[in-house]
Amino acid sequence: MIAYLIRRILYAVPILVGVNLLTFVLFFVVNTPDDMARMQLGIKRVTPEAIEKWKQQRGYDKPMMFNRAASGTGKVSDTIFWQKSAGMFVLDFGYSDDGRSISREITKRMGPSLAIALPTFLIGLVVYVTFALLMTLFRATALDIAGVALCVLLMSISGLFYIIGGQFLVSKLWHLVPISGYDGGMGGLKFVVLPIIIGVVGSVGASSRWYRTIFLEEIGKDYVRTARAKGLSELRVLFRHVLKNAMIPILTGVVVVIPLLFMGSLLTESFFGIPGLGSYTIDAINAQDFSVVRAMVFLGSALYIVGLILTDISYTMVDPRVRLS
Amino acid sequence: MNFTAEILWSDRLVFLLLAACVASTWYVRQHEHLLLPWRRVAKSATAMVSLLVLFLFLIVGFLDSLHYRVALPEKSGGETVYSPEVLSVFDKLAEPLRTHTEKTYSAPLAVTLYAKESIADAQGNVVRDYPRLKYGGAHLANAGQRDGDVLKRALTGVVLGLLAGLLIALLLKQWLKQSEFLLRPLLISILIITGLIGMTFNLAAAYHVLGTDKVGQDVLYLSLKSIRTGLIIGTVTTLVTLPLALLFGIAAGYWRGWVDDAIQYLYTVLNSIPSVLLIAAAVLMMQVTIEMHPEWFDNSAARADLRLVFLCLILGVTSWTGLCRLLRGETLKLRELEYIQAAQAFGVSSFRILTRHIVPNVMHIILIALVMDFSGLVLAEAVLSYVGVGVDPTMISFGTMINGARLEMGREPMVWWALAAAFAFMLVLVLAANLFADAVRDAFDPRLNRSE
Repeated sequence: MIAYLIRRILYAVPILVGVNLLTFVLFFVVNTPDDMARMQLGIKRVTPEAIEKWKQQRGYDKPMMFNRAASGTGKVSDTIFWQKSAGMFVLDFGYSDDGRSISREITKRMGPSLAIALPTFLIGLVVYVTFALLMTLFRATALDIAGVALCVLLMSISGLFYIIGGQFLVSKLWHLVPISGYDGGMGGLKFVVLPIIIGVVGSVGASSRWYRTIFLEEIGKDYVRTARAKGLSELRVLFRHVLKNAMIPILTGVVVVIPLLFMGSLLTESFFGIPGLGSYTIDAINAQDFSVVRAMVFLGSALYIVGLILTDISYTMVDPRVRLS
Repeated sequence: MNFTAEILWSDRLVFLLLAACVASTWYVRQHEHLLLPWRRVAKSATAMVSLLVLFLFLIVGFLDSLHYRVALPEKSGGETVYSPEVLSVFDKLAEPLRTHTEKTYSAPLAVTLYAKESIADAQGNVVRDYPRLKYGGAHLANAGQRDGDVLKRALTGVVLGLLAGLLIALLLKQWLKQSEFLLRPLLISILIITGLIGMTFNLAAAYHVLGTDKVGQDVLYLSLKSIRTGLIIGTVTTLVTLPLALLFGIAAGYWRGWVDDAIQYLYTVLNSIPSVLLIAAAVLMMQVTIEMHPEWFDNSAARADLRLVFLCLILGVTSWTGLCRLLRGETLKLRELEYIQAAQAFGVSSFRILTRHIVPNVMHIILIALVMDFSGLVLAEAVLSYVGVGVDPTMISFGTMINGARLEMGREPMVWWALAAAFAFMLVLVLAANLFADAVRDAFDPRLNRSE
């Protein structure tokens, strides 16, 4: 188990290197730092001196990958790649354009993101699985067909609509919760309720439908017939046998996203004014703050890889047949 | 009137896609075994109705893809100069909608503006009141007659539309008498749709059916224009996804070994970056490139259009991995089958095995994946435009419409019509696409048992 884990982690390294190289190419080679400086300073009437100054302030005035002028290890380390990209491996993200430490911002903003994302995830899981189980229980009846039709309808509605509609209905018409804002502790409860509900409702269509297909696939198998033959009630078959055996395909889709919960949701956070990582990313995109976007890309992929490893571990826990070696 | 055809990059891709569709339809018609699953699609009522709806959207999108520029009134030089404004055939057809712009917001079917203004009446007294619209209901002597007039127009519109629909339905019934189509739901929906269209037409002649937006543009016109953007994002992206996924997926599955390792590495790397972030990063970089090269475009339409094409390219590059994995798995399975081994034993070249035996046998996966992806892409456009990494802000799309209307939520009374129109049009498009995709999947998926 431990050996397997170590191997998996080692396997993650080349992937992170790939991500890092990709972001480096995207952010520094497709457009040179000169282009970015011109973009930030305004296209017209920008002097070469201003560009140089902009580059120098942000440390973009070095060679890309290899510094001929420097000596010793400086040949490699005194470059844009080393200073801006390689540091991300040790979670050193550098500074944003307004001069703040990105790492500190990230640790500060993880909490609010998680306060929305984690409850959404957990409540969502319970709701979707329950809904899907109900549809499976009443399969091939009018209830099931109505359920599937509802799912298709719900998944055809834009995610933006849920947010805007929810804010309008709950906050503006009914005045139940504030439209946006955030507060730590119990006082923040009134701020997070609506985003969580909307998050759950927003993907009820696609998720429930997906779980329903998984359950229906399981229900055609031989062990289900055996369980029914020995006289178990349909409910017992569903909960004791089908649900347990459907865990593997469910886990594949679910565990991967757990680490990504830290990243928060771009849309929800920016609409509800929650100071999490999602709104941080949106602000950075709008302000064209490349170093923040770069950091978030790297962080996101690192968390995704953690998710993949967690998925493998979770298999061994629910399925005794799986041995990691 | 003089004009010159202006073929934008996205238009070229649309024509290419259309040609591919026509060619493959012709090919499928020649081969009974390929036609069989489509017959199953044709038997599904929901599929045919949603196809009808999609078809209407496609017509609007296609008309909106035939661009031209009008010649400006000739000056002394003698050389014809063309207006920098790029119009489409659809714009010409909907000219009243396009040109009848009001001052600012007005509610659907309203005869007055949304906000009060100081107006001088006949006696010269200045009063605060809702000013009348320039075009919406301008034929009415006073605003009180509106309800009756709207009702009259709507009813005549519905009746005319139904008559036209009846004609179409009768023709269609004659034409399809021998075929196995389920006609009744199709005919009913034709009647409903023509009735709606008739009503909208008749009302749009005198009112702004869905109101006007901040700069007074007709929301119905904006919604119809958005269709093209949505369709292009949903379809042109597949032009990028398809070759990448097909090439890499089949190569990885067929040759295995280091080819497989390399391709798997590539798609794990791409997959591990959260897609919105990757798209955002790529679009930001594209923006810089476009800003740096203003000399590439002669007019703003070409620039917005190129950005749209780039967006499709980026969406394609970030979304081929899912299909690639499916194709790789299927190829791994196929290459072990007897007929492939037989072909290998006969010394058939790899290229020929791939094109003759493997590609035709994974076609159903490709088709299912493409139709399933379409609706997701249309929805993604709106989200990306909201985030600020979508289409050009000057390009009319569902995303830009929502984005523009969103800020007006706080007004009192609320400006809801632009939002509602964008969401409703998007819902109809995506719902039709989803239903059609489901029917296609059911018909093509060999894993489903059928007793036929």
